[in-house]
Parts: sequence; C-alpha cells; structure tokens
Amino acid sequence: MYDKTVRRRRAVLGLLVACSLILLTAYFGESGGGMLHGVQRGTSEIVSPIQDGASRVLKPVRDLFGWFGDTLSAKGDLKDVRAERDRLRSELLAEQSAEREVQQLRSMVELDGALGLKDYAPETGRVIAQSPTVWYATIRVNKGSDDGVRKGNPVINEEALIGTVTETFSGSSQVTLITDTTSHVSALAFSGRRGSVFGVVSAASAGSPNDLVLEFAAPSARLNPGDRVVTRGTAEDSDRLPSLFPPGLAIGEITRIDNAGTDTQEVHLRPFADMQKLNFVRILTRPEGPAK
Amino acid sequence: MIPLTPPLLARLAALIVVGVVVQTAMISQLPIAGANADLAPLLVMAVGLLCGSLAGGAFGFGVGLFVDDVLLQQLGVSSLVLLGVGYGAGRIREARDPEGTFVPLAVGAVATLIFSVGFSLMQFLLGVDAPVSWALVRDTLTTLVINTLIALPVYAVVRRWLLPSLPDDPRRRRRRAYTTGGLSPLSRS
Repeated sequence: MYDKTVRRRRAVLGLLVACSLILLTAYFGESGGGMLHGVQRGTSEIVSPIQDGASRVLKPVRDLFGWFGDTLSAKGDLKDVRAERDRLRSELLAEQSAEREVQQLRSMVELDGALGLKDYAPETGRVIAQSPTVWYATIRVNKGSDDGVRKGNPVINEEALIGTVTETFSGSSQVTLITDTTSHVSALAFSGRRGSVFGVVSAASAGSPNDLVLEFAAPSARLNPGDRVVTRGTAEDSDRLPSLFPPGLAIGEITRIDNAGTDTQEVHLRPFADMQKLNFVRILTRPEGPAK
Repeated sequence: MIPLTPPLLARLAALIVVGVVVQTAMISQLPIAGANADLAPLLVMAVGLLCGSLAGGAFGFGVGLFVDDVLLQQLGVSSLVLLGVGYGAGRIREARDPEGTFVPLAVGAVATLIFSVGFSLMQFLLGVDAPVSWALVRDTLTTLVINTLIALPVYAVVRRWLLPSLPDDPRRRRRRAYTTGGLSPLSRS
C-alpha cells in the first residue's frame, strides 16, 4: 500500500515536471502567433475584466497602504524637493532666454506647426494589474483594441515616457515598461549648448526601476549628470524604419557616467516617471502624428 | 496522503484565481522599500503544508501556469519552480509533521527564497539579457523579508479556507490525539 502511494506520488510529480518542460520548450520555440500564445491571449482576455473589477474594488485598500508609504517618504522627499526647486529656479532663467531664441529660430525655419500631444490621439487608461516579478516590468491597462489601441503604441504618464503596448485585447492591453530588459528606445541626450547625442535607452538590469542606461552614445560626446534625455523619433533619412515613438517625449535625466570617455562608457539615467506608482497612463494611439 | 476530493479541488481552484487576481490587481501595485510581496510561493507553501506533497505539487503547477498565462510570461517557468516548492512543503508535512506555530513562517521564507532563486536561474538559462545586479539581489532579499512577515497570516487564511474540505487537518489530528490520549478515538479501546 505504502509503495503504491509512493509510486503514485512520484508518477504525478514526474508527469507535472514533464508537462512544465514541454510547455517551456514549446512556448520558447513557437512564434508570437502560435497555439500557446493564443491560449495565453484567450486567458488574458477572460481575466482582464476580473482584474479591472478587482482593481476598482481593492483601490481603497491600495490607497490606504499607499498613504502610509507616502507619509513616511514625504519627510525625506522635502529636502530633495527644496534643492530641486532652487536648481530649477536658476535653470528657468536660462531656459527663458533660450526659449526666446528658440521662438526666433522656429519662425525662421517654419517649424511653427510643431505637434502638440493631442495630435497623437492620447487615450487615458487606468493600470489594473502589474507583474509581481522583477523579471517582467509589465502593467495591464484597461484600454484595448476597442479603444483604438494597437501594438507598438507608446505609453506615457503625466511626467514622461513609460513604455510600449506589447499586446492588445478587446478591453485591455499589456504595456512593457522601459525598465524591462527587453525594452529599447532610440533617444537623444541634450547636452546644453553642446548639442544632442544619439543613443538607445535600455534597462540597466532587472529589478532596477530607477536606473536606465544610454547605450551606443559616442564616447567622445560630452555628456554630464543632469542632462535630459528624450525620444529621438524617426530620423529624417530612415523613413523605411519609422520609430515607434514621436520625437521629444521626455525619458529621464543622466545621473552618472561610468568610465566616461572610454569605449566601456556607461551612461546611467533616472527615468522621470515613477514606475512603481503608476495609476493613470496615456496611450498615444496615433504615434505618427496627424495625417499629412 | 489527503484524497483530492471534488470540494477540495474546487476550493484549490478558487484559491488560484483569487490569489493571482489579488496579487496582480493589488499587491504588485504596493511597493514596500522598492519591492513587493509575492503571494504565489506562500499560497503554494500553505497548501503543501496542509494537503501534502501531491496536492502541493499539483497546486504549485496550477498557480504557476495561471500566473504565466495571465501575465503573458514565458510559460512553464513558474509552473516548474512552484511545483518543486509545493512538493517540498508537502514532503515536510508528510515526513516531519511539524507542530511549531512558526513552521509556516520558516517554510514560507524558504519557499520564497527557492522560488526567487529558481525563477532567476531559469531566466538566465533562457537567455535573458540582464546582469546580476545589486538591485536584483536587494529586490530578492526585500521580497524575502516581506513574505516572511506575511507568511503566518497567509497560512492562516488558506487553512481557514481549506479546513471544511480537509479530512485530516494536522492541528485537528494533534488536538484529537492530545485529548483522547492516542492518534484516534479507536486507539483508546
């Protein structure tokens, strides 16, 4: 009897391990339109409304916990905010004079038709679920293909770019954040009057929501901590491969440069958006801008 | 070994759905010191300790499959790791039948550690392009601490939910043995 029980237990264990390995191998090998991916999309389609409902019901509990956390961190933030205010004041003066110059230049090169955000047909959505593991920086938003959302649409919050739509369902969509290890965004770092530097923004490592790296920036480029990084958009000479992101969306600010000026230079930046406190986001459903 | 009766299976299935929905819709959105709690290994640990290795393993597989499915993650990774966690917790119950009040806390911590390390190893084996950073280690440790702190309440909730369908709850069995002087009332005669 005991032997039978042990044999049965081991048989079930072996069967489940085999199932896991088969799933793993089959999923890893198949394309995005394969059967297992289809099953996954079907399950997500069913579960999304439940997650949406649960997210609404549990919001007061989330807010309560969030209030405790915010109160504790607010004291520490106050000092940083004051320092930031002083720095911004001095920057503002410089920006105001630069703004005047920009206005003159715009009129000179007839760039007055610069795009506003509404040209990108933003769709506001609420975050209804978030991945619990550091290996997948993803969120689920309650806007989907029924609302005009498509794969590849950029997603921003009130501060900056946060990610891209990587999967859509009828009433929800999956957003991969720029802090995910699979995310890459072509960007420009503005280095004051020294011009702009091209690079690709990627995650520094898994589990680092406040650390990105600007890859492929020329070692000779004179970047400094505090320089701002924005999306590059489509380069004039590469219309065949348009960028997913409109130009000029804020991404982050350079915090430090390791091995500056060498081939192993690593430019780190902090995203402007707080990826751990996403509540409402805006999906740019027309990233290419208004029809020309 | 506890028989997997239809009422028990129904309760386990409901636990999977509710657990994963609460995790993704609430707990994942509550960062504590930069990380968040992960209910999955704790739920699997609790079911393993209460129902044994077979139910624990199967439950771990189910939770993993559902998590990967809902979050559009690589299928099979969570299933494989949580299957081991559930089976291990179940074997602890069957081989040791631990009595201490803090057993779920210790087993919960070990389950979380095994899940975090196992999941990370699987990601590296699958070729995820991410270095082992201090941030990753810190995140793993923070989740470990948070999960250890909430292991007892999670175990209590799961036990309360499964109790009506458990024919052989360890605590009831021990209490019965204590009050009757034997493992069952029959042993007195």
